[in-house]
Amino acid sequence: MEEKMIATRESFGKAISELKDENIVVLDADLSSATKTDLFQKEYPDRFIEVGISEADMIGTAAGLATCGKIPFASTFAVFATGRVYDQIRSSIAYPKLNVKICGTHAGITVGEDGATHQMLEDINLMRGLPNMVVISPSDDIETRALVKEIAKYQGPVYLRLARMATPVIYANDVKFEIGKAIQLGEGIDATVFATGITVAEALKAQEELIKEGVDIRVVDVHTIKPIDKEMIVKCAKETSILLSVEDHNVIGGLGSAISDVLAEEYPKKLIKLGINDCFGKSGKAEDLIKYFKIDSKSIEETIKEKLYISKKTK
Amino acid sequence: MNKNIMKITKAEALSKNANRIRQDLITAIYYAKSGHPGGSLSCSDILAVLYFNEMNINPLKPDDKSRDRFVLSKGHSAPALYATLAERGYFSKDDLITLRNIDSVFQGHPDMNKVPGIDMTTGSLGQGLSVANGMAIASKMDKMGYRVYCLIGDGELEEGQIWEAAMTSSKFNLDNLCVIVDCNELQLIGKTEEVKGLNAENIEQKFKSFGFNTKVIDGHNIEEIMQAFENATLTKGKPTAIIAKTVKGKGISFMENNPAWHGKSLNDEEYKKAIEELNNV
Repeated sequence: MEEKMIATRESFGKAISELKDENIVVLDADLSSATKTDLFQKEYPDRFIEVGISEADMIGTAAGLATCGKIPFASTFAVFATGRVYDQIRSSIAYPKLNVKICGTHAGITVGEDGATHQMLEDINLMRGLPNMVVISPSDDIETRALVKEIAKYQGPVYLRLARMATPVIYANDVKFEIGKAIQLGEGIDATVFATGITVAEALKAQEELIKEGVDIRVVDVHTIKPIDKEMIVKCAKETSILLSVEDHNVIGGLGSAISDVLAEEYPKKLIKLGINDCFGKSGKAEDLIKYFKIDSKSIEETIKEKLYISKKTK
Repeated sequence: MNKNIMKITKAEALSKNANRIRQDLITAIYYAKSGHPGGSLSCSDILAVLYFNEMNINPLKPDDKSRDRFVLSKGHSAPALYATLAERGYFSKDDLITLRNIDSVFQGHPDMNKVPGIDMTTGSLGQGLSVANGMAIASKMDKMGYRVYCLIGDGELEEGQIWEAAMTSSKFNLDNLCVIVDCNELQLIGKTEEVKGLNAENIEQKFKSFGFNTKVIDGHNIEEIMQAFENATLTKGKPTAIIAKTVKGKGISFMENNPAWHGKSLNDEEYKKAIEELNNV
């Protein structure tokens, strides 16, 4: 893992500015300097639409643009991009299956100091529950840039979940990313850690530490939460003894739930879900909050060790 | 030939279109055994003028990129839009009576992916003006010149998003956008005046203060509607809002101005009487 740190919102801002399709338009609701769409605005001022602090209006405007062949990227904080405008997305984008990309930055508790009102922990749940919606949650700079290109090419509604906190660069430049195909990192058979977004780097740190103690785990980067990679989930359920999911999201309705849905139908097996335990967030530093809510590398490490110990004892 | 005679003839023809639209939508709602007759009847004249006189459209090319767009923000008036599109030749009138059936393309609220000629899926109130803005912005970006029409219910103006959108229409100087408020002054539970203090006059003031060119008209007077659209097209630099004073249930005596007919169907006797009245206009 390189030590370069960059937030996925930053990578997103750069990536949309590099898209070649002239039908791409970017919409903002007074947060472009934070969501990094100001980078696009600088490049293409004529294709940047500022609607002001009116997210519902932004979603509807994006829908209208999409009916006329534009490819709108509508961006604001995840909490306003999904929860605040759920019905606008449902009625005006998901149901008519319009080609709008909803880009929610500042997702999860890693928003940090702004606290619970701004820490969106229910967005995956809301968006994956909508028919026609694709849900993407990239984990690093390389993956974000690649998936932004992919979703621009994909015809239909997409929710892109991005983080405020800077995270390590995980991937090499030549890795291929495909919507709906999770990425397995490592071949370990002691446990699988399914992670998404900022928790992928945490899971990889845990993997590094555990191997020193002879525990060999694999990490699966579930960058697409819908459609979820069923094949990968079943494969890992068959090949590894412990299954764990970790996410910067409520344990209800998020990554863990999406995996449970697959396991229940395809290969019943216990899944340990790390995430925010059905509560709201709180103010604090992002790096402290991930420890407090037990979605950091240490918590992943300890959970796996504890489970391995228990399963050995019962054998 | 005298120009006035020509104009009256056109208005009369449009009036006949509107009457057939009313008959067809009432028939569809009667067969569906549910639906929204009140607000469909109040906007029938407006729709007739739009689709038979004002809009640049071609029923043979419903997806033509350069066509004018229409957004029925008050999606529950779908029967009026379906009847209008059928009258205009987008599809056969025979199928209208399948309205709301499980196998029908004619959903309770308009679905752009099922019915040719429908430019936007609507139903949840308050969202149409934002969508129309997006279309009008696209038209300007691509220098296509098409115009966008958005029909909003007066009760619907209680939704906050409309006013978010009104600021956007004005900010982007969308002179290719024309809002029509179907101002029948009634909503499901009663008078818009009593529910949230809305009437034609203060609606006009609101749009004016949001930067719109405005005009209050009689929404059942074909010539006034035609004239209002003409003025809208001539207005440059700002969007237009036409506040069309209408009668909920217009054309059927026992439905007129009665909020009870906001969202219910007719029994056999009522249907017979309704068609008789429309036939005798």
